[in-house]
Amino acid sequence: MLTDLRTWLLLVRAWLRAAAQYPASFALLMTGSFLVSGLDVAAILVIFSHVRELGGFTLPEVMFVYGTAGVSFALANLFAGNADNLGAYIRSGDFDVMLIRPVSAFVQLGADRFSPQKVGRLAQAAVVLAIALPQLGIPWSRAWMIPLMILCGFVIFTAIWAITGALQFLLVDAPEVSAAFTFGGGQLTQYPLSVYGADLVRGVTFIVPLAFVSWQPALYVLGREDPLGLPYALRFAAPAAALILSLLAALAWRAGLRRYRSTGS
Amino acid sequence: MIELDGVSRTFTVRHRERGRLRRRAQVVEAVRDLSFRVEAGEFVGYLGPNGAGKSTTIKMLIGILTPTAGRIRVAGLDPSRRRTALARRIGVVFGQRTTLWWDLPLKDSFELSRLLYKVDREQYRRRLDELSERLDLGGLLSTPVRQLSLGQRMRGDIAAALLHDPDVLVLDEPTIGLDVVSKAAVRAFLRGLNAERGTTVLLTTHDLGDIERLCRRVMLIDHGRLGFDGTVDELRATVPGEASIEDVVARIYLGSAPAPSLEPPNYPQ
Ligand SMILES: Nc1ncnc2c1ncn2[C@@H]1O[C@H](COP(=O)(O)OP(=O)(O)OP(=O)(O)O)[C@@H](O)[C@H]1O
Ligand SMILES: [Mg+2]
Repeated sequence: MLTDLRTWLLLVRAWLRAAAQYPASFALLMTGSFLVSGLDVAAILVIFSHVRELGGFTLPEVMFVYGTAGVSFALANLFAGNADNLGAYIRSGDFDVMLIRPVSAFVQLGADRFSPQKVGRLAQAAVVLAIALPQLGIPWSRAWMIPLMILCGFVIFTAIWAITGALQFLLVDAPEVSAAFTFGGGQLTQYPLSVYGADLVRGVTFIVPLAFVSWQPALYVLGREDPLGLPYALRFAAPAAALILSLLAALAWRAGLRRYRSTGS
Repeated sequence: MIELDGVSRTFTVRHRERGRLRRRAQVVEAVRDLSFRVEAGEFVGYLGPNGAGKSTTIKMLIGILTPTAGRIRVAGLDPSRRRTALARRIGVVFGQRTTLWWDLPLKDSFELSRLLYKVDREQYRRRLDELSERLDLGGLLSTPVRQLSLGQRMRGDIAAALLHDPDVLVLDEPTIGLDVVSKAAVRAFLRGLNAERGTTVLLTTHDLGDIERLCRRVMLIDHGRLGFDGTVDELRATVPGEASIEDVVARIYLGSAPAPSLEPPNYPQ
């Protein structure tokens, strides 16, 4: 794990350095990305300011759910989002090059072509969370869950990226399918799940443990009843879900690698 | 150092046929029941016509492709299971593709490799000095890789593959597209590497000059099968009276090729 983080940081530093060789365009990109994120935050605040309540939750509560899921998602996107493009790397043969180095190919893929724009997304979610937190007055006895749920969410999203990446070993031309899963999941978890139908929520809770990303632990942090009356223990299930999903992801990725065919030239 | 035992690799390719919805699967046997051994310190040329299975063999040796049957050991490791461990002990050069980072200056690429391969700083400095002198890279170190010419890039790639001082060096068409002078430089370097450091070298090529000037041993494969394994002189002797090695190889390739209409040759890209 630590080696993987080191590898990722080394590669990202190299990409940033390469980008910094063109200071003007680098600065433009950064400014542009922060402007866009700023506008995004403004848009969200405007939307939220017209809502007093969403699915039985107050505005700061909604922002809390949005912010925690958003931070997890943005971190995972930063770390592994490029896995959506695995198909293109396979077709161009660039994936072969990643496989000859003594470090994880998944991590290399995640760090490749790192763009500072992804940091903007993270900043955006963090701002929403930062606005929500002081208004909620969460006691320390429950606040410990916040960093843990963000970490678990990060692991869960990264695992989903690894699984959809692994699928691309089989379906080399299916990047859209994979983006639908990852970005779709990112969108879905950003609102209290009670705005969706009950069946969907049950499905989400048990099939893809996306609900663990922010919904269930958020109920705990916010001290709220589950509108759907699911067992209380589920609120603490995020680490287990993260663990199981990352094991599944590791298996899927390895199975995918064994089926890897490279290219004919 | 390298051991193959009954190794096969097939690819299932699907063709969409006209007027049919389902695609027909066809099995391509890229490598069939291949067995050979390469001892430490050998310099081996791996020869064969286009589509013979050379690149497929190389990719199995370095763990990129998993064989469909058989057993492979490189430096005592099973490449597809211990790929990252093996990566520290072998160097790989693809003539068609760079392993350097396109946007980084050559020396940043090397430095990044050093960190990923966890090469000790002092050892790395000595190694880099030696390699950049022998491969004449001194003036190129601060040039971004994308601005290097093919020959310069190839020398950079060879240096990058050797920074961690591997026991085995595997090269897939390292002299492709190089001019006479660059070719001579690369050959002289590889010969020195093998003679002085005892690095085991396996290379594929379509340039018989590489074979004649470098390889004590030649393996020739065709349609995924080993057709010849011996010294260059023995290879020449397989065709009595022929003068040049080109003629000998051309004869073997033609003699073993099936009628073109049955199986069109596969050219990359
Ligand atoms: N990823 C792949 N998918 C399908 N078929 C493949 C794949 N890779 C290789 N092949 C097939 O396997 C056979 C051997 O290919 P390989 O690339 O090993 O040949 P080669 O000896 O390196 O040829 P060349 O001299 O042209 O580089 C060819 O028929 C090729 O079409
Ligand atoms: Mg080839």
